[in-house]
Amino acid sequence: MREMIKMILVITILASVSGGLLAAVKQGTAAQIEAQVLKFVQGPALNKMLAGATNDPLNDRFDIDDTDFFVGKMPDGSNIVVFETFGSGYGGPIGVMVGVNIATDKIFAIGVTTHTETPGLGSRAQTDPKFARQFADKNMVQVFKVKADGGDVDALAGATVTSMGVSAAVTRAGELYEKLAPQIKDKARQQTS
Amino acid sequence: MAKTITQEFTKGLWKEIPPFRLVLGLCPVLGVTTTMENGFGMGLATTFVLVCSNVLVSMLRNIIPSKVRIACFIVVIATFVCLVELLMQAYAYQLFITLGVFIPLIVVNCIVLGRAEAFASKNKVIPSLADGLGIGIGFTLSLSALGAVREILGTGHVSIPFGPLVTLLDTSWYPAFEFMVKAPGAFVGLGLMLCLMNLVPQK
Repeated sequence: MREMIKMILVITILASVSGGLLAAVKQGTAAQIEAQVLKFVQGPALNKMLAGATNDPLNDRFDIDDTDFFVGKMPDGSNIVVFETFGSGYGGPIGVMVGVNIATDKIFAIGVTTHTETPGLGSRAQTDPKFARQFADKNMVQVFKVKADGGDVDALAGATVTSMGVSAAVTRAGELYEKLAPQIKDKARQQTS
Repeated sequence: MAKTITQEFTKGLWKEIPPFRLVLGLCPVLGVTTTMENGFGMGLATTFVLVCSNVLVSMLRNIIPSKVRIACFIVVIATFVCLVELLMQAYAYQLFITLGVFIPLIVVNCIVLGRAEAFASKNKVIPSLADGLGIGIGFTLSLSALGAVREILGTGHVSIPFGPLVTLLDTSWYPAFEFMVKAPGAFVGLGLMLCLMNLVPQK
């Protein structure tokens, strides 16, 4: 009996100390990790999409319901709001940044941030500019589907599931935008004024 | 026969160098050594976990009941692995992305648990520290070496840890042996290095 109590006691104390320590470290590094994710995950896609912006979109951001919205001021005076949504691909979730022109409600550009797709096939969703470009200038609020599903998105050859995932992410972005458009426009105006 | 601290330390560098002599912990060895930098980063992370868990297990060796010792070791190791994962995410994000799932997998790296069980739980703190450090540095060196060989043959250049990318082979006139940076190249590279090490006579 004594031995059993000792076993339980030792393991409980060890696990509690471990849990406490990790919680503290997690809290301590949370801000730094968030900054790193912004810089390395969303930053590159953002900078590519908003190349030529006159401000720093990484700094000019606001959040609604824990989603980050980045505001880019383009040289022609239009304001682009960019945010990230996810769709499921072949190897896991695909993060897609969708930029919308808030004056016209049309998509400005999209860019893939994180993915675990097959290198050389699905990974081209991130690197093939032709694939991303077909979303540009389309209405933001609509259902995107690949041609195999009866839509009009040209799927990447050999990566239909990935293309479907990206389409689903952009569709989801449209839904979110439809819901939050007044708030987004309001906050974007405050950012840019 | 008691060994000196120096012996405990240096045995990890050659006589018991983990992937080549013990042929342990092969999963990260084969998985992350696509470049020298990745191998080095993985080695450092493992060394940190190894040293910390060895010291702590050695300190607690008289408190931990032997019936639940493996569970206790795993809690200790897992704590340090999570710590490394968080710190790497916060301060070396790119490395964190390339090493990916192999960081949490350090928990089940049999070198770490093996040292805790076979050495730290039976020895004092200082020898355990030396043992962990030696094995860890040996592991780091092995991973860096294998990573460098695969990277040079596979791409023609080598990424010095914390340094520049050095081009060693001009791959413009022949196709680089691309398979060396893919999974089969890991086995071939490891096999060749094992073979070379066995050519050196054991004392």
